[in-house]
Amino acid sequence: MSRIPLSALIGLVITAAFFGAALLAPWIAPYGMAEVAGGVWDPSSPEHWLGTDSIGRDLLSRMIWGGRITIFVALAATLVAFATGVFLGFLAAVSGGWVDQALSRLVDLLMSIPALIMALVILSVMPVTLPVLIAVMGLIEATRVFRLSRAVAADIEVMDYVEAARLRGEGMVWVIFREILPNALSPLVAEAGLRFIFMVLFISTLSFLGLGVQPPLADWGGIVRENKDGIVYGVPAALFPAVAVAALAISVNLVADWILTRTSSLKGGRG
Amino acid sequence: MQNGFLLKLVVQRIALGCLLLLAASGLIFVGTQMLPGDVAQSILGQSATPQALANLRAELGLDQPPLTRYLDWLGNALQGDLGHALSNGQDIASSIAGRLGNTLFLAGTAAAIAVPLALALGLLAVRFQGRWPDRLISGVTLATISVPEFLLGYLAMFALAVQFRVFPSVSSIHDGMSLGQQFQAIALPVLVMVLVVLGHMMRMTRAAILNVMQSAYIETAELKGLRRFTIIARHALPNAVAPIVNVIMLNLAYLVVGVVVVEVVFVYPGMGQYLVDHVAKRDVPVVQACGLIFAAVYIGLNMIADLVAILANPRLRHPR
Repeated sequence: MSRIPLSALIGLVITAAFFGAALLAPWIAPYGMAEVAGGVWDPSSPEHWLGTDSIGRDLLSRMIWGGRITIFVALAATLVAFATGVFLGFLAAVSGGWVDQALSRLVDLLMSIPALIMALVILSVMPVTLPVLIAVMGLIEATRVFRLSRAVAADIEVMDYVEAARLRGEGMVWVIFREILPNALSPLVAEAGLRFIFMVLFISTLSFLGLGVQPPLADWGGIVRENKDGIVYGVPAALFPAVAVAALAISVNLVADWILTRTSSLKGGRG
Repeated sequence: MQNGFLLKLVVQRIALGCLLLLAASGLIFVGTQMLPGDVAQSILGQSATPQALANLRAELGLDQPPLTRYLDWLGNALQGDLGHALSNGQDIASSIAGRLGNTLFLAGTAAAIAVPLALALGLLAVRFQGRWPDRLISGVTLATISVPEFLLGYLAMFALAVQFRVFPSVSSIHDGMSLGQQFQAIALPVLVMVLVVLGHMMRMTRAAILNVMQSAYIETAELKGLRRFTIIARHALPNAVAPIVNVIMLNLAYLVVGVVVVEVVFVYPGMGQYLVDHVAKRDVPVVQACGLIFAAVYIGLNMIADLVAILANPRLRHPR
Protein backbone atom coordinates (compact mmCIF):
# COMPACT_ATOMS: atom_id res chain seq x y z
CA MET A 1 0.00 0.00 0.00
CA SER A 2 1.27 3.42 -0.91
CA ARG A 3 1.78 6.16 1.67
CA ILE A 4 -1.29 8.11 2.66
CA PRO A 5 -1.03 11.68 1.34
CA LEU A 6 -1.23 14.48 3.90
CA SER A 7 -4.62 15.79 2.70
CA ALA A 8 -6.21 12.35 2.99
CA LEU A 9 -4.65 11.88 6.43
CA ILE A 10 -6.13 15.17 7.66
CA GLY A 11 -9.47 14.13 6.18
CA LEU A 12 -9.28 10.73 7.88
CA VAL A 13 -8.43 12.23 11.27
CA ILE A 14 -11.23 14.82 11.17
CA THR A 15 -13.76 12.30 9.87
CA ALA A 16 -12.74 9.85 12.60
CA ALA A 17 -13.05 12.60 15.22
CA PHE A 18 -16.58 13.43 14.10
CA PHE A 19 -17.63 9.77 14.06
CA GLY A 20 -15.94 9.20 17.43
CA ALA A 21 -17.74 12.18 18.97
CA ALA A 22 -21.02 10.90 17.55
CA LEU A 23 -20.50 7.41 19.01
CA LEU A 24 -19.26 8.60 22.39
CA ALA A 25 -21.76 11.46 22.82
CA PRO A 26 -23.23 10.19 26.13
CA TRP A 27 -19.74 10.11 27.68
CA ILE A 28 -18.03 13.16 26.24
CA ALA A 29 -20.87 15.71 26.05
CA PRO A 30 -20.47 17.93 29.14
CA TYR A 31 -24.23 18.57 29.45
CA GLY A 32 -27.41 16.83 28.38
CA MET A 33 -29.06 17.47 25.01
CA ALA A 34 -31.98 19.43 26.48
CA GLU A 35 -30.37 20.61 29.70
CA VAL A 36 -30.66 24.36 30.30
CA ALA A 37 -27.25 25.19 31.73
CA GLY A 38 -26.80 28.94 31.43
CA GLY A 39 -28.18 32.24 30.15
CA VAL A 40 -29.41 32.99 26.63
CA TRP A 41 -26.55 33.12 24.11
CA ASP A 42 -23.79 33.34 26.73
CA PRO A 43 -20.41 33.89 25.09
CA SER A 44 -17.85 31.10 25.27
CA SER A 45 -16.41 30.45 28.76
CA PRO A 46 -14.57 27.63 30.56
CA GLU A 47 -17.96 26.09 31.49
CA HIS A 48 -19.40 26.45 28.00
CA TRP A 49 -16.65 26.23 25.39
CA LEU A 50 -18.88 27.40 22.55
CA GLY A 51 -21.28 29.41 24.69
CA THR A 52 -24.97 28.69 25.08
CA ASP A 53 -27.83 28.63 22.60
CA SER A 54 -31.10 30.51 22.15
CA ILE A 55 -32.63 29.16 25.39
CA GLY A 56 -29.46 28.67 27.41
CA ARG A 57 -28.45 25.10 26.54
CA ASP A 58 -24.75 24.29 26.23
CA LEU A 59 -23.93 24.64 22.54
CA LEU A 60 -20.98 22.21 22.49
CA SER A 61 -23.12 19.46 24.03
CA ARG A 62 -25.91 20.11 21.57
CA MET A 63 -23.44 19.98 18.69
CA ILE A 64 -22.11 16.63 19.87
CA TRP A 65 -25.62 15.20 20.24
CA GLY A 66 -26.72 16.86 17.00
CA GLY A 67 -23.76 15.42 15.11
CA ARG A 68 -24.91 12.00 16.21
CA ILE A 69 -28.27 12.52 14.52
CA THR A 70 -26.82 14.16 11.39
CA ILE A 71 -24.32 11.35 10.89
CA PHE A 72 -26.81 8.61 11.70
CA VAL A 73 -29.47 9.93 9.30
CA ALA A 74 -26.91 10.55 6.55
CA LEU A 75 -25.41 7.07 6.94
CA ALA A 76 -28.81 5.37 6.97
CA ALA A 77 -29.94 7.32 3.88
CA THR A 78 -26.69 6.44 2.09
CA LEU A 79 -27.29 2.78 2.89
CA VAL A 80 -30.86 2.96 1.54
CA ALA A 81 -29.60 4.75 -1.59
CA PHE A 82 -26.92 2.13 -2.20
CA ALA A 83 -29.06 -0.90 -1.43
CA THR A 84 -31.74 0.21 -3.91
CA GLY A 85 -29.55 2.02 -6.42
CA VAL A 86 -26.88 -0.65 -6.78
CA PHE A 87 -29.32 -3.54 -6.93
CA LEU A 88 -31.58 -1.90 -9.51
CA GLY A 89 -28.60 -0.58 -11.47
CA PHE A 90 -27.04 -4.05 -11.72
CA LEU A 91 -30.42 -5.56 -12.50
CA ALA A 92 -30.91 -3.08 -15.37
CA ALA A 93 -27.43 -3.75 -16.77
CA VAL A 94 -27.70 -7.54 -16.49
CA SER A 95 -31.24 -7.98 -17.80
CA GLY A 96 -31.18 -5.29 -20.52
CA GLY A 97 -34.22 -5.04 -22.75
CA TRP A 98 -37.43 -3.59 -21.34
CA VAL A 99 -36.39 -3.88 -17.68
CA ASP A 100 -33.39 -1.66 -18.44
CA GLN A 101 -35.51 0.74 -20.49
CA ALA A 102 -38.24 1.03 -17.86
CA LEU A 103 -35.85 1.56 -14.96
CA SER A 104 -33.62 4.00 -16.86
CA ARG A 105 -36.48 6.15 -18.09
CA LEU A 106 -38.01 6.19 -14.60
CA VAL A 107 -34.69 7.41 -13.21
CA ASP A 108 -34.44 10.05 -15.97
CA LEU A 109 -37.86 11.27 -14.92
CA LEU A 110 -37.02 11.37 -11.21
CA MET A 111 -33.80 13.24 -11.95
CA SER A 112 -35.63 15.82 -14.06
CA ILE A 113 -36.97 17.34 -10.84
CA PRO A 114 -34.37 18.87 -8.50
CA ALA A 115 -33.77 16.67 -5.45
CA LEU A 116 -34.61 19.37 -2.90
CA ILE A 117 -37.87 20.30 -4.64
CA MET A 118 -38.83 16.63 -4.93
CA ALA A 119 -38.15 16.12 -1.22
CA LEU A 120 -40.19 19.20 -0.28
CA VAL A 121 -43.12 18.05 -2.42
CA ILE A 122 -43.14 14.61 -0.81
CA LEU A 123 -42.58 15.88 2.74
CA SER A 124 -45.54 18.22 2.38
CA VAL A 125 -47.88 15.24 2.68
CA MET A 126 -45.82 12.72 4.63
CA PRO A 127 -45.40 12.78 8.40
CA VAL A 128 -41.88 14.13 8.98
CA THR A 129 -40.30 11.38 11.09
CA LEU A 130 -36.78 9.99 10.98
CA PRO A 131 -37.69 6.79 9.06
CA VAL A 132 -39.64 8.82 6.47
CA LEU A 133 -36.78 11.29 6.07
CA ILE A 134 -34.26 8.49 5.64
CA ALA A 135 -36.45 6.71 3.10
CA VAL A 136 -37.24 9.85 1.08
CA MET A 137 -33.64 11.06 0.99
CA GLY A 138 -32.31 7.57 0.29
CA LEU A 139 -34.72 6.87 -2.55
CA ILE A 140 -34.11 10.25 -4.22
CA GLU A 141 -30.37 9.71 -3.98
CA ALA A 142 -30.74 6.13 -5.25
CA THR A 143 -31.35 7.57 -8.74
CA ARG A 144 -27.77 8.93 -8.80
CA VAL A 145 -26.38 5.63 -7.52
CA PHE A 146 -28.43 3.78 -10.13
CA ARG A 147 -26.79 5.71 -12.98
CA LEU A 148 -23.29 4.94 -11.76
CA SER A 149 -23.82 1.30 -10.90
CA ARG A 150 -25.60 0.64 -14.18
CA ALA A 151 -22.67 2.13 -16.09
CA VAL A 152 -20.10 0.20 -14.05
CA ALA A 153 -22.04 -3.06 -14.35
CA ALA A 154 -22.49 -2.58 -18.10
CA ASP A 155 -18.70 -2.52 -18.44
CA ILE A 156 -18.24 -5.63 -16.32
CA GLU A 157 -21.17 -7.46 -17.83
CA VAL A 158 -19.36 -7.95 -21.18
CA MET A 159 -16.32 -9.58 -19.54
CA ASP A 160 -15.49 -13.18 -20.38
CA TYR A 161 -15.88 -14.41 -16.82
CA VAL A 162 -19.47 -13.18 -16.69
CA GLU A 163 -20.10 -14.92 -19.99
CA ALA A 164 -18.53 -18.05 -18.53
CA ALA A 165 -20.74 -17.89 -15.44
CA ARG A 166 -23.80 -17.54 -17.64
CA LEU A 167 -22.74 -20.45 -19.84
CA ARG A 168 -22.32 -22.76 -16.87
CA GLY A 169 -25.92 -21.94 -16.00
CA GLU A 170 -25.68 -19.49 -13.10
CA GLY A 171 -28.80 -17.46 -12.38
CA MET A 172 -29.22 -13.71 -12.35
CA VAL A 173 -28.73 -13.44 -8.58
CA TRP A 174 -25.39 -15.25 -8.78
CA VAL A 175 -24.22 -13.06 -11.66
CA ILE A 176 -25.17 -9.87 -9.81
CA PHE A 177 -23.80 -10.74 -6.37
CA ARG A 178 -20.91 -13.12 -7.11
CA GLU A 179 -19.57 -11.84 -10.43
CA ILE A 180 -20.38 -8.15 -10.80
CA LEU A 181 -20.57 -6.83 -7.23
CA PRO A 182 -17.03 -7.83 -6.14
CA ASN A 183 -15.53 -6.26 -9.26
CA ALA A 184 -17.57 -3.06 -8.99
CA LEU A 185 -16.77 -2.51 -5.34
CA SER A 186 -13.91 -0.01 -5.58
CA PRO A 187 -15.64 2.70 -7.65
CA LEU A 188 -18.76 2.21 -5.53
CA VAL A 189 -16.86 2.74 -2.27
CA ALA A 190 -15.48 6.07 -3.48
CA GLU A 191 -18.95 7.03 -4.66
CA ALA A 192 -20.36 6.12 -1.24
CA GLY A 193 -18.15 8.80 0.32
CA LEU A 194 -19.48 11.46 -2.05
CA ARG A 195 -23.09 10.33 -1.56
CA PHE A 196 -22.61 10.47 2.20
CA ILE A 197 -21.53 14.12 1.88
CA PHE A 198 -24.60 14.90 -0.20
CA MET A 199 -26.77 13.25 2.42
CA VAL A 200 -25.14 15.30 5.20
CA LEU A 201 -25.76 18.48 3.23
CA PHE A 202 -29.28 17.34 2.30
CA ILE A 203 -30.47 16.55 5.84
CA SER A 204 -28.81 19.71 7.16
CA THR A 205 -30.58 21.79 4.53
CA LEU A 206 -33.94 20.15 5.19
CA SER A 207 -33.57 20.63 8.95
CA PHE A 208 -32.44 24.20 8.42
CA LEU A 209 -35.62 24.81 6.45
CA GLY A 210 -37.58 23.33 9.37
CA LEU A 211 -38.65 20.29 7.32
CA GLY A 212 -36.09 17.75 8.50
CA VAL A 213 -35.38 16.47 12.00
CA GLN A 214 -38.12 17.82 14.25
CA PRO A 215 -37.76 19.15 17.83
CA PRO A 216 -37.10 18.00 20.52
CA LEU A 217 -34.44 16.17 18.49
CA ALA A 218 -31.99 18.41 16.71
CA ASP A 219 -29.30 17.87 14.14
CA TRP A 220 -26.74 20.42 12.97
CA GLY A 221 -29.10 22.01 10.46
CA GLY A 222 -31.74 22.29 13.18
CA ILE A 223 -29.29 23.93 15.58
CA VAL A 224 -28.43 26.50 12.89
CA ARG A 225 -32.14 27.19 12.56
CA GLU A 226 -32.63 27.60 16.34
CA ASN A 227 -29.80 30.10 16.60
CA LYS A 228 -30.07 31.96 13.30
CA ASP A 229 -31.78 34.97 14.83
CA GLY A 230 -28.69 35.58 16.97
CA ILE A 231 -26.61 36.42 13.89
CA VAL A 232 -28.26 39.82 13.53
CA TYR A 233 -27.23 40.64 17.13
CA GLY A 234 -23.67 39.50 16.45
CA VAL A 235 -24.04 36.13 18.21
CA PRO A 236 -22.13 33.56 16.14
CA ALA A 237 -23.86 30.50 17.70
CA ALA A 238 -25.48 29.50 14.38
CA LEU A 239 -22.11 29.45 12.63
CA PHE A 240 -20.62 26.58 14.70
CA PRO A 241 -22.95 23.80 13.55
CA ALA A 242 -22.79 25.16 9.99
CA VAL A 243 -18.99 25.01 10.12
CA ALA A 244 -19.26 21.45 11.50
CA VAL A 245 -21.29 20.43 8.43
CA ALA A 246 -18.72 21.98 6.12
CA ALA A 247 -15.77 20.45 8.00
CA LEU A 248 -17.29 16.97 7.86
CA ALA A 249 -18.13 17.37 4.17
CA ILE A 250 -14.65 18.58 3.23
CA SER A 251 -12.83 15.89 5.23
CA VAL A 252 -14.93 13.05 3.81
CA ASN A 253 -14.33 14.58 0.38
CA LEU A 254 -10.56 14.45 0.90
CA VAL A 255 -10.76 10.79 1.87
CA ALA A 256 -13.04 9.92 -1.07
CA ASP A 257 -10.68 11.71 -3.48
CA TRP A 258 -7.81 9.64 -2.22
CA ILE A 259 -9.72 6.36 -2.51
CA LEU A 260 -10.77 7.34 -6.03
CA THR A 261 -7.23 8.07 -7.23
CA ARG A 262 -5.92 4.96 -5.46
CA THR A 263 -8.44 2.63 -7.05
CA SER A 264 -8.12 4.20 -10.50
CA SER A 265 -4.33 3.83 -10.38
CA LEU A 266 -4.83 0.21 -9.33
CA LYS A 267 -6.99 -0.26 -12.38
CA GLY A 268 -4.30 1.28 -14.54
CA GLY A 269 -1.82 -1.24 -13.11
CA ARG A 270 -4.00 -4.15 -14.07
CA GLY A 271 -4.28 -2.82 -17.61
CA MET B 1 -31.76 19.34 -46.56
CA GLN B 2 -28.97 19.99 -44.07
CA ASN B 3 -31.08 22.41 -42.11
CA GLY B 4 -33.91 19.91 -42.17
CA PHE B 5 -31.77 17.42 -40.29
CA LEU B 6 -30.85 20.02 -37.69
CA LEU B 7 -34.47 21.12 -37.39
CA LYS B 8 -35.49 17.55 -36.79
CA LEU B 9 -33.01 17.19 -33.94
CA VAL B 10 -34.15 20.46 -32.39
CA VAL B 11 -37.82 19.60 -32.65
CA GLN B 12 -37.15 16.16 -31.21
CA ARG B 13 -35.35 17.65 -28.23
CA ILE B 14 -38.13 20.19 -27.57
CA ALA B 15 -40.75 17.46 -27.82
CA LEU B 16 -38.74 15.36 -25.37
CA GLY B 17 -38.58 18.33 -22.99
CA CYS B 18 -42.35 18.80 -23.13
CA LEU B 19 -42.90 15.09 -22.58
CA LEU B 20 -40.56 15.15 -19.61
CA LEU B 21 -42.40 18.13 -18.14
CA LEU B 22 -45.71 16.35 -18.58
CA ALA B 23 -44.34 13.27 -16.83
CA ALA B 24 -42.85 15.46 -14.10
CA SER B 25 -46.22 17.10 -13.51
CA GLY B 26 -47.67 13.62 -13.13
CA LEU B 27 -44.93 12.72 -10.68
CA ILE B 28 -45.53 15.84 -8.59
CA PHE B 29 -49.24 15.11 -8.56
CA VAL B 30 -48.70 11.50 -7.57
CA GLY B 31 -46.17 12.57 -4.94
CA THR B 32 -48.68 14.83 -3.23
CA GLN B 33 -51.87 12.87 -3.69
CA MET B 34 -51.34 9.16 -3.57
CA LEU B 35 -48.77 8.69 -0.89
CA PRO B 36 -49.77 6.77 2.23
CA GLY B 37 -50.36 9.99 4.13
CA ASP B 38 -53.96 11.20 3.88
CA VAL B 39 -53.88 14.84 2.75
CA ALA B 40 -57.04 15.88 4.57
CA GLN B 41 -55.92 14.10 7.73
CA SER B 42 -52.49 15.65 7.70
CA ILE B 43 -53.91 19.14 7.14
CA LEU B 44 -56.46 18.92 9.93
CA GLY B 45 -54.46 16.75 12.32
CA GLN B 46 -55.41 13.67 14.30
CA SER B 47 -58.20 15.32 16.28
CA ALA B 48 -60.33 16.27 13.27
CA THR B 49 -63.99 15.21 13.23
CA PRO B 50 -65.11 12.85 10.44
CA GLN B 51 -67.46 15.57 9.13
CA ALA B 52 -64.65 18.11 8.84
CA LEU B 53 -62.51 15.52 7.05
CA ALA B 54 -65.31 14.73 4.61
CA ASN B 55 -65.90 18.44 3.94
CA LEU B 56 -62.24 19.09 3.25
CA ARG B 57 -61.99 16.03 1.02
CA ALA B 58 -64.94 17.29 -1.02
CA GLU B 59 -63.46 20.78 -1.18
CA LEU B 60 -60.15 19.41 -2.42
CA GLY B 61 -61.94 17.13 -4.85
CA LEU B 62 -60.49 14.10 -3.08
CA ASP B 63 -63.77 12.22 -3.65
CA GLN B 64 -63.05 12.27 -7.41
CA PRO B 65 -60.95 9.55 -9.04
CA PRO B 66 -57.22 10.50 -9.15
CA LEU B 67 -56.98 10.68 -12.93
CA THR B 68 -59.86 13.16 -13.14
CA ARG B 69 -58.25 15.32 -10.46
CA TYR B 70 -54.91 15.21 -12.23
CA LEU B 71 -56.38 16.22 -15.59
CA ASP B 72 -58.42 19.01 -13.95
CA TRP B 73 -55.36 20.29 -12.15
CA LEU B 74 -53.13 20.13 -15.23
CA GLY B 75 -55.76 21.70 -17.48
CA ASN B 76 -56.26 24.59 -15.07
CA ALA B 77 -52.53 25.03 -14.55
CA LEU B 78 -51.99 25.29 -18.31
CA GLN B 79 -54.55 28.11 -18.41
CA GLY B 80 -52.76 29.92 -15.61
CA ASP B 81 -55.21 28.92 -12.88
CA LEU B 82 -53.19 27.32 -10.10
CA GLY B 83 -56.07 27.12 -7.64
CA HIS B 84 -56.36 28.60 -4.19
CA ALA B 85 -54.12 28.19 -1.17
CA LEU B 86 -55.65 26.08 1.58
CA SER B 87 -54.12 28.08 4.38
CA ASN B 88 -55.46 31.53 3.49
CA GLY B 89 -57.65 31.00 0.41
CA GLN B 90 -55.62 33.37 -1.75
CA ASP B 91 -55.32 32.86 -5.48
CA ILE B 92 -52.00 31.05 -5.97
CA ALA B 93 -51.26 32.41 -9.44
CA SER B 94 -51.39 36.04 -8.30
CA SER B 95 -49.34 35.28 -5.16
CA ILE B 96 -46.71 33.58 -7.27
CA ALA B 97 -46.50 36.18 -10.05
CA GLY B 98 -44.66 38.80 -7.98
CA ARG B 99 -42.55 36.25 -6.14
CA LEU B 100 -41.46 34.52 -9.33
CA GLY B 101 -40.35 37.92 -10.62
CA ASN B 102 -38.33 38.50 -7.44
CA THR B 103 -36.72 35.08 -7.64
CA LEU B 104 -35.81 35.52 -11.29
CA PHE B 105 -34.37 38.96 -10.47
CA LEU B 106 -32.19 37.42 -7.77
CA ALA B 107 -31.12 34.36 -9.76
CA GLY B 108 -30.66 36.43 -12.93
CA THR B 109 -28.40 38.95 -11.20
CA ALA B 110 -26.36 36.14 -9.69
CA ALA B 111 -26.07 34.45 -13.10
CA ALA B 112 -25.10 37.71 -14.83
CA ILE B 113 -22.16 38.03 -12.42
CA ALA B 114 -21.21 34.37 -12.03
CA VAL B 115 -21.13 33.29 -15.69
CA PRO B 116 -18.66 35.88 -17.08
CA LEU B 117 -16.56 35.61 -13.92
CA ALA B 118 -16.40 31.80 -14.16
CA LEU B 119 -15.44 31.97 -17.85
CA ALA B 120 -12.72 34.55 -17.19
CA LEU B 121 -11.29 32.65 -14.23
CA GLY B 122 -11.48 29.37 -16.16
CA LEU B 123 -9.50 30.92 -19.02
CA LEU B 124 -7.02 32.32 -16.52
CA ALA B 125 -6.58 28.89 -14.92
CA VAL B 126 -5.80 27.38 -18.34
CA ARG B 127 -3.40 30.21 -19.20
CA PHE B 128 -1.49 29.62 -15.96
CA GLN B 129 -2.00 25.89 -15.88
CA GLY B 130 -0.17 24.18 -13.01
CA ARG B 131 1.08 27.46 -11.57
CA TRP B 132 -0.16 29.27 -8.50
CA PRO B 133 -3.28 31.00 -9.95
CA ASP B 134 -4.49 27.63 -11.19
CA ARG B 135 -3.84 25.92 -7.85
CA LEU B 136 -5.44 28.72 -5.87
CA ILE B 137 -8.54 28.54 -8.03
CA SER B 138 -8.78 24.74 -7.68
CA GLY B 139 -8.37 24.92 -3.91
CA VAL B 140 -11.05 27.55 -3.45
CA THR B 141 -13.33 25.52 -5.72
CA LEU B 142 -13.00 22.38 -3.61
CA ALA B 143 -13.85 24.37 -0.50
CA THR B 144 -16.95 26.08 -1.90
CA ILE B 145 -18.39 22.82 -3.25
CA SER B 146 -18.49 21.18 0.20
CA VAL B 147 -19.91 24.16 2.08
CA PRO B 148 -23.67 24.31 2.62
CA GLU B 149 -25.40 27.42 1.23
CA PHE B 150 -26.66 28.47 4.63
CA LEU B 151 -23.13 28.58 6.07
CA LEU B 152 -21.98 30.89 3.26
CA GLY B 153 -25.13 32.92 3.79
CA TYR B 154 -24.70 33.39 7.53
CA LEU B 155 -20.95 33.94 7.23
CA ALA B 156 -21.59 36.69 4.70
CA MET B 157 -24.35 38.12 6.86
CA PHE B 158 -22.24 37.96 10.03
CA ALA B 159 -19.23 39.58 8.40
CA LEU B 160 -20.73 42.12 6.01
CA ALA B 161 -24.05 43.00 7.57
CA VAL B 162 -23.44 42.72 11.32
CA GLN B 163 -19.73 43.41 11.83
CA PHE B 164 -19.14 45.98 9.10
CA ARG B 165 -22.72 47.03 8.29
CA VAL B 166 -22.00 47.31 4.56
CA PHE B 167 -25.20 45.63 3.41
CA PRO B 168 -28.60 44.99 5.01
CA SER B 169 -28.94 41.58 6.67
CA VAL B 170 -32.51 41.11 5.52
CA SER B 171 -33.18 41.39 1.80
CA SER B 172 -36.72 42.67 1.62
CA ILE B 173 -37.56 44.36 -1.65
CA HIS B 174 -40.77 45.98 -2.82
CA ASP B 175 -42.02 47.92 -5.83
CA GLY B 176 -41.37 51.37 -4.37
CA MET B 177 -37.61 50.86 -4.29
CA SER B 178 -35.37 52.23 -7.01
CA LEU B 179 -33.27 49.76 -8.97
CA GLY B 180 -30.16 50.84 -7.10
CA GLN B 181 -31.81 50.22 -3.72
CA GLN B 182 -32.98 46.83 -4.93
CA PHE B 183 -29.47 45.83 -5.95
CA GLN B 184 -28.18 47.05 -2.60
CA ALA B 185 -30.81 44.91 -0.86
CA ILE B 186 -29.95 41.72 -2.74
CA ALA B 187 -26.17 42.17 -2.67
CA LEU B 188 -25.57 39.53 0.02
CA PRO B 189 -27.79 36.77 -1.41
CA VAL B 190 -26.30 37.39 -4.85
CA LEU B 191 -22.79 37.14 -3.40
CA VAL B 192 -23.64 33.80 -1.78
CA MET B 193 -25.21 32.37 -4.91
CA VAL B 194 -22.28 33.46 -7.07
CA LEU B 195 -19.89 31.73 -4.67
CA VAL B 196 -22.00 28.58 -4.68
CA VAL B 197 -21.96 28.08 -8.46
CA LEU B 198 -18.68 29.74 -9.39
CA GLY B 199 -16.39 26.85 -8.41
CA HIS B 200 -18.09 24.15 -10.42
CA MET B 201 -18.55 26.30 -13.50
CA MET B 202 -14.95 27.41 -13.46
CA ARG B 203 -13.60 23.92 -12.99
CA MET B 204 -15.65 22.57 -15.88
CA THR B 205 -14.69 25.48 -18.14
CA ARG B 206 -11.05 24.76 -17.38
CA ALA B 207 -11.49 21.04 -18.04
CA ALA B 208 -13.36 21.64 -21.31
CA ILE B 209 -10.72 24.00 -22.67
CA LEU B 210 -7.83 21.79 -21.53
CA ASN B 211 -9.50 18.91 -23.33
CA VAL B 212 -9.55 20.88 -26.59
CA MET B 213 -5.97 22.12 -26.01
CA GLN B 214 -4.70 18.61 -26.70
CA SER B 215 -5.94 18.66 -30.30
CA ALA B 216 -3.58 18.74 -33.25
CA TYR B 217 -4.79 22.11 -34.53
CA ILE B 218 -3.78 23.73 -31.25
CA GLU B 219 -0.28 22.45 -31.80
CA THR B 220 -0.39 23.93 -35.31
CA ALA B 221 -1.44 27.28 -33.85
CA GLU B 222 1.38 27.07 -31.34
CA LEU B 223 3.90 26.27 -34.05
CA LYS B 224 2.55 29.20 -36.08
CA GLY B 225 3.84 31.33 -33.22
CA LEU B 226 0.53 32.67 -31.90
CA ARG B 227 0.43 34.04 -28.40
CA ARG B 228 -0.84 31.56 -25.84
CA PHE B 229 -3.82 33.66 -24.88
CA THR B 230 -4.83 34.12 -28.53
CA ILE B 231 -4.71 30.36 -29.00
CA ILE B 232 -6.96 29.81 -26.01
CA ALA B 233 -9.44 32.53 -26.84
CA ARG B 234 -9.60 32.14 -30.65
CA HIS B 235 -8.94 28.45 -31.26
CA ALA B 236 -9.76 26.51 -28.12
CA LEU B 237 -12.75 28.41 -26.72
CA PRO B 238 -15.08 28.12 -29.76
CA ASN B 239 -14.62 24.37 -29.77
CA ALA B 240 -15.30 24.11 -26.07
CA VAL B 241 -18.58 26.04 -26.31
CA ALA B 242 -20.89 23.03 -26.09
CA PRO B 243 -19.55 21.55 -22.84
CA ILE B 244 -19.22 25.03 -21.31
CA VAL B 245 -22.78 26.02 -22.15
CA ASN B 246 -23.88 22.68 -20.76
CA VAL B 247 -22.21 23.31 -17.43
CA ILE B 248 -23.48 26.90 -17.31
CA MET B 249 -27.04 25.68 -17.80
CA LEU B 250 -26.59 22.97 -15.17
CA ASN B 251 -25.45 25.62 -12.74
CA LEU B 252 -28.27 27.99 -13.62
CA ALA B 253 -30.61 25.09 -12.94
CA TYR B 254 -28.76 24.62 -9.67
CA LEU B 255 -29.23 28.31 -8.88
CA VAL B 256 -32.97 27.80 -9.18
CA VAL B 257 -32.77 25.21 -6.40
CA GLY B 258 -30.10 26.93 -4.32
CA VAL B 259 -32.28 29.99 -4.31
CA VAL B 260 -34.69 28.19 -1.97
CA VAL B 261 -32.18 28.07 0.88
CA VAL B 262 -30.69 31.49 0.18
CA GLU B 263 -34.12 33.11 0.17
CA VAL B 264 -34.90 31.59 3.56
CA VAL B 265 -31.56 32.77 4.99
CA PHE B 266 -32.10 36.36 3.86
CA VAL B 267 -35.90 36.38 4.28
CA TYR B 268 -36.27 37.33 0.62
CA PRO B 269 -39.85 37.44 -0.72
CA GLY B 270 -39.40 34.90 -3.51
CA MET B 271 -40.68 31.53 -4.70
CA GLY B 272 -38.37 29.50 -2.46
CA GLN B 273 -39.53 31.14 0.74
CA TYR B 274 -43.14 30.75 -0.42
CA LEU B 275 -42.64 27.04 -1.14
CA VAL B 276 -40.92 26.31 2.19
CA ASP B 277 -43.56 28.19 4.20
CA HIS B 278 -46.35 26.23 2.57
CA VAL B 279 -44.65 22.85 2.86
CA ALA B 280 -44.58 23.48 6.61
CA LYS B 281 -48.29 24.39 6.51
CA ARG B 282 -48.98 21.30 4.39
CA ASP B 283 -50.68 23.50 1.82
CA VAL B 284 -50.77 20.98 -1.01
CA PRO B 285 -52.04 23.14 -3.92
CA VAL B 286 -49.30 25.73 -3.34
CA VAL B 287 -46.64 23.02 -3.08
CA GLN B 288 -47.86 21.47 -6.33
CA ALA B 289 -47.86 24.81 -8.13
CA CYS B 290 -44.37 25.78 -6.91
CA GLY B 291 -43.03 22.28 -7.60
CA LEU B 292 -44.39 22.45 -11.13
CA ILE B 293 -42.82 25.86 -11.79
CA PHE B 294 -39.43 24.85 -10.34
CA ALA B 295 -39.51 21.64 -12.39
CA ALA B 296 -40.47 23.58 -15.55
CA VAL B 297 -37.57 26.03 -15.13
CA TYR B 298 -35.17 23.17 -14.39
CA ILE B 299 -36.27 21.06 -17.34
CA GLY B 300 -36.33 24.14 -19.58
CA LEU B 301 -32.75 25.09 -18.76
CA ASN B 302 -31.53 21.54 -19.32
CA MET B 303 -33.33 21.53 -22.66
CA ILE B 304 -31.68 24.81 -23.70
CA ALA B 305 -28.30 23.32 -22.78
CA ASP B 306 -28.90 20.37 -25.09
CA LEU B 307 -30.21 22.63 -27.87
CA VAL B 308 -27.11 24.84 -27.73
CA ALA B 309 -24.94 21.73 -27.78
CA ILE B 310 -26.75 20.56 -30.92
CA LEU B 311 -26.52 23.96 -32.61
CA ALA B 312 -22.88 24.51 -31.65
CA ASN B 313 -21.76 21.18 -33.06
CA PRO B 314 -20.68 21.65 -36.69
CA ARG B 315 -20.75 17.90 -37.25
CA LEU B 316 -24.51 17.98 -36.70
CA ARG B 317 -24.89 21.17 -38.76
CA HIS B 318 -23.30 19.52 -41.79
CA PRO B 319 -24.17 15.83 -41.66
CA ARG B 320 -22.62 13.61 -44.27
